[in-house]
Amino acid sequence: MTEDTDHDGRVWLGTPAFPEAARTALADTRLRHNLRHATTTIRTKRLDATGEVPHWEELREAGAAIKRRTARHLATYLEQLEASVTAAGGTVHWAADATDANRIVARLVRAAGGPDTERHEVVKVKSMATQEIGLNEALAAAGITAYETDLAELIVQLGEDRPSHILVPAIHRNRAEIREIFAERMGEWGRAAPDDLTDDPKALAEAARLHLREKFLTTRVAISGANFAAADTGTIAVVESEGNGRMCLTLPETLITVMGIEKVVPTFTDLEVFLQLLPRSSTGERMNPYTSLWTGVTPGDGPQDFHLILLDNGRTDVLKDTVGRQALACIRCSACLNVCPVYERTGGHAYGSVYPGPIGAVLTPQLAGVRRAASLPFASTLCGACYEACPVKIDIPEILVHLRAKAVEAKRDGRALPTPEALAMKAAATVLDSPGLLAVAQRAGAAGGRLLGGRGGRIRRLPGPLAGWSATRDTPAPPRESFRTWWRAHREER
Amino acid sequence: MRIGLFITCLNDTLFPGTGRAVVTLLERLGHTVEFPREQSCCAQMHFNTGYRPESLPMVARFARAFAGYDAIVTPSASCAAMIRDNHPVLAEQLGDAALRDAVAAVVPAVHELTEFLVDVLGVTDVGAVFPHRVTYHPTCHSLRGVRLGDRPLRLLRAVRGIDLVDLPAAEACCGFGGTFAVKNADTSTAILADKMTTVLSTGAEVLCAADNSCLMHIGGGLSRWNSGVRTLHLAEILAATEGTR
Ligand code: SF4
Repeated sequence: MTEDTDHDGRVWLGTPAFPEAARTALADTRLRHNLRHATTTIRTKRLDATGEVPHWEELREAGAAIKRRTARHLATYLEQLEASVTAAGGTVHWAADATDANRIVARLVRAAGGPDTERHEVVKVKSMATQEIGLNEALAAAGITAYETDLAELIVQLGEDRPSHILVPAIHRNRAEIREIFAERMGEWGRAAPDDLTDDPKALAEAARLHLREKFLTTRVAISGANFAAADTGTIAVVESEGNGRMCLTLPETLITVMGIEKVVPTFTDLEVFLQLLPRSSTGERMNPYTSLWTGVTPGDGPQDFHLILLDNGRTDVLKDTVGRQALACIRCSACLNVCPVYERTGGHAYGSVYPGPIGAVLTPQLAGVRRAASLPFASTLCGACYEACPVKIDIPEILVHLRAKAVEAKRDGRALPTPEALAMKAAATVLDSPGLLAVAQRAGAAGGRLLGGRGGRIRRLPGPLAGWSATRDTPAPPRESFRTWWRAHREER
Repeated sequence: MRIGLFITCLNDTLFPGTGRAVVTLLERLGHTVEFPREQSCCAQMHFNTGYRPESLPMVARFARAFAGYDAIVTPSASCAAMIRDNHPVLAEQLGDAALRDAVAAVVPAVHELTEFLVDVLGVTDVGAVFPHRVTYHPTCHSLRGVRLGDRPLRLLRAVRGIDLVDLPAAEACCGFGGTFAVKNADTSTAILADKMTTVLSTGAEVLCAADNSCLMHIGGGLSRWNSGVRTLHLAEILAATEGTR
């Protein structure tokens, strides 16, 4: 994996294009089994949890409407948020891109460590924004060690792996693999796993708890993401399942929150809508186990120093695209991943980005540039399951097709000669726009089909770019008589 | 009622039997069908692959060919969805006022075949006889594009002699996705394999659907597996009578 160096957004990790990355993933039968098991389970739970809310459709519409309004007046709400957070004793920082954000965090961590301490360590609660900007790597380069405290993130970090799912970053791992990672690696990072560790989920959770407890009690700085931030009160919300987030958000002295600017919502009461939509869509639960809300600092209670970093990193550019900006409404519930037939087979790594699955296929090319991630908008069958599942009604298929047009456009601009695909599409368009030419092509196709050995039946091998198709599928040989020929002979003269 | 048949380029070229079946069926129900020869393609492949300017002449051609019909019937859920959802968008983005008006005039008349039978003609029993074990795959576009609901199943249940069996995980995508099957052939094949496994588990002799495109892909796989299962557009089942099959 090579990091793209000419761009400091870090969203795109520069893995091979989707079709090649997918091929590798597809060959991994254990991965496919783990994925299918996990996505099928969550899918069923989600359907039950959303099905029991009688006004689910109205809730979705309400969520979508709040997000639309936020996108239209983003600058206003962000300024309001800054004022509210400042008034409540917090400090707001604006970061234009990854480099900017990472620099601010490193400076704050060093300052918080104080001159009397050599230890530069932070605990982290799951945050996609910090993955997007490659914060852990940047901190490491600055001599600061970041400890992930979300169970799945911990597995990923210990395994020197990459997250492959928004909500369950270690979805590609099964219990036996997790046991192996814990037994081998925990000791290098802190408290080692017990010698008799089994792959029983309870035992694994207990090992993680003991390992992490040590970190919570000794680390003075925490870094979090944010699920929502209410502009009117300056309240930040983090939603999680394990309670580790709560430890991070209350025990340390300094709390730094890195948040994409699109996470702001106009009012505190808007949370009512999202706190219903999010858990049901993501884990299939009625309510998530832990919801932490904090507003600036409270003397004598919790972190006494609070910093909010508002991250742009390409988002204002996305806002300019009226079709594409829908993607910024995403509340990272992962419902679209769990219903996606492509994600279910390939897993998240194939998307080459911290944002996998359907939302990744529309968000990554927009944040990183369509040229850089040109294969992602095509990594979908356009089956529409993601749109149907999305709690904030993001029309992912519409954005996919919109970005496909942009990818084709970008290729047209960048080349002196059209691509073979563009030539084929042009030729097909000419034929399809002329019934006369179509009839000629149909006769040629029927003759060609016979040549390819499909007499009266099926063609087993197609030439050129269609070879991939015919590796696993027979193609019907074109019949001698097209419909239009039949019509002329049997109906027209009547 | 003037009914225009939009056969679609795929059916015209590779599955003319489906078009003949639609004609037979509608004539049996007492209607005359016209086939405007100017028609060609709904431009779905071009539009979905990102070739918007190339799609526009096909959009214009469709509006021209079908101007003035009371009903435009097509045996393809995905082409019906393309016309309804995207022709107006393309006309709006790239066309002139005349094209926008022409598109707006024809789009409301477009019906996928089972919608036309159930909603417009008000029939579910079309007098078909088909004594075979059949399973039905609701394609993504029939499910979420045009929202056919249970219309196809209501029509199939009324067929005499049919042994209609449920397809497990019926709503799972088959992995076709137009050019997706070519650009991401490996992923497409992996999705297809699961669909074929569920089809075989039903013991059906025939798999039917409202889209020949998906059937071409699933049927191609079933043929490669030497499964013995046939694929058939549901129009061909609805057109079948005693002695025809
Ligand atoms: S796009 Fe929608 S379904 Fe997917 S993660 Fe975001 S909010 Fe959830």
